[in-house]
Amino acid sequence: MSNSNVKTRKSGYLATKSYTANTLMIVAIGYFMIPIVWVIVNSTKDNQDLISTFSLWFPKKWHLVQNLHGLLTQDGGLFAVWMRNTAIYSISSALGATLISSMAGYALARFAFRGAKLLESFILGLVMVPATALVMPMYLLFSKVNVVNTPWAVILPSMMSPFGAFLIKVYVAESIPEEILQAARIDRAGEFRIYWQIVLPMLKPALVTVFLFSLVASWNNYFLPLVMLSDNKLYPLTVGLTSWFEQASQEGANSLLFNLVIAGSLIAIIPLILSFLFLQRYWRGGINAGSVK
Amino acid sequence: MKFKQSLTGWLFMVPFLLVVLAFLVAPLGYAFYLSTQADTLVGGQSFVWLANYATSLTDPVFIEGVKRVLIFGIIQIPIMLFISTTSALVIDALNTRLSRIFRLIAFMPYAVPGVVAALMWGFLYSKSFGPFVGIAGHLGVKDLNFYSLRMFIYSISNIITWAWTGYNMIIIYSALQGLSREVYEAAVVDGASQVQIAIRVKLPAVKNAILLTGLFAIIGTMQLFTEPNILRRYTNAVSMGYTPNIYSFNLAFAQSQFNYAAAVSFTLALVVFVLTYIFMSVSRRKAKSQ
Repeated sequence: MSNSNVKTRKSGYLATKSYTANTLMIVAIGYFMIPIVWVIVNSTKDNQDLISTFSLWFPKKWHLVQNLHGLLTQDGGLFAVWMRNTAIYSISSALGATLISSMAGYALARFAFRGAKLLESFILGLVMVPATALVMPMYLLFSKVNVVNTPWAVILPSMMSPFGAFLIKVYVAESIPEEILQAARIDRAGEFRIYWQIVLPMLKPALVTVFLFSLVASWNNYFLPLVMLSDNKLYPLTVGLTSWFEQASQEGANSLLFNLVIAGSLIAIIPLILSFLFLQRYWRGGINAGSVK
Repeated sequence: MKFKQSLTGWLFMVPFLLVVLAFLVAPLGYAFYLSTQADTLVGGQSFVWLANYATSLTDPVFIEGVKRVLIFGIIQIPIMLFISTTSALVIDALNTRLSRIFRLIAFMPYAVPGVVAALMWGFLYSKSFGPFVGIAGHLGVKDLNFYSLRMFIYSISNIITWAWTGYNMIIIYSALQGLSREVYEAAVVDGASQVQIAIRVKLPAVKNAILLTGLFAIIGTMQLFTEPNILRRYTNAVSMGYTPNIYSFNLAFAQSQFNYAAAVSFTLALVVFVLTYIFMSVSRRKAKSQ
């Protein structure tokens, strides 16, 4: 970090020996890590050590394998079913949301159709709609048409992604030149073929971002499945884990289920944290678009 | 040609519009219809105009819940955004390995499901599972109870702060990174200190990003549900109408008062909308007067 080249330095002009800033950052890292550390440490404990040993340090006798085994066998392997449900729900919601919002975003960016401007501000308005306030009304309607307590009640509503449509619109406007589309039209390619074979491949980075954000949103969703599903074989991880937690809370501090809830929490966050560490670029892509609004 | 273009545009919009129709317009329409009905003594429903809304606006339980989330927001949001903004300014100015690690770790809670965050903190707060109560005891602070009537709301704000500070920081940080360096190089040449540059030059330049985080925080706070609902067994604090969403949920599932639950949901959405609108117009007016 030399002082001679002011123009090309992007950042890093603050003294690196800023003790106050460094100390505060270390303290903050500790704060953000505590729950994660706690979960990792305590998933290695048996029921006794969970209560009797210091909660931020590992026990003498490791019990991690037994906990994971318990997790997979409890209630006839229900946890694996929840895991599978979560994967199915979130992958299908995310695929649907990505496809639907890519079509909408493309249309908004490249077709000057009547009402497009109005539609765009409508979609921006939708981003602000309080999502959980919609859940109860949806439940009331779905129970009338017998969709409640089916996977559809969780998958389909999560396909609505106004944020995704907006993000794709911005991306298309910036990076897909009108000329390419015109050239394809002159070659008499059909509109859908242009979208499928030319536009979609060029949209790949934006599609990954929309997919990732929709995937995480529905992976983490709690209120919607909690309201919609009553059969515990249909639960996703979030609702399943809390149902065990409730049961454990009723049984008291000695409940064996606490160990399973802790091990289950660990398993539930591993895929997300991995995706987070390895797909940083796409995560930040979505946030950047968010801050442009 | 023009007509064909227009038609194709609309055709590409169809799936999106269908989803909006099915999962936004139709449920809202049906719920609004329900909210204008009431059970009659003989069984069956009768049309009661906006009576359920009149009830909700004078319902002490509902008002109490709205007040609680408002006070919660007034305390928690400024603290969170202050930390987010300060951290963003620091990591923007300080491009060291430590600041990059900090950026990554602070953003990580965003990838943790709200449910798991609530469970983890729920354990940490507990006397038997968590370290804090024991450590506080050794330090002479007797009977620290995160679940007491008075403390619980702060315990919840800590979970929300943990989950969202890094996310907001990244939004503000992205805006800072987007600033042209020329904006403040003049100030550097003039001999302004880092702190002065941060407050006088950078902060006003990323005002919109900060407003956006504020807006999302307001919308999120008003809908508070997950954390208090999951931890309710450990505290007496979470009443039937602790937050408006918990109230609506309990009305529907514990008491089968579907009509009134729909009215409460609508009133909540309306309150959120009005607050968002006030927030937007106040911040816009402020921007103009500057």
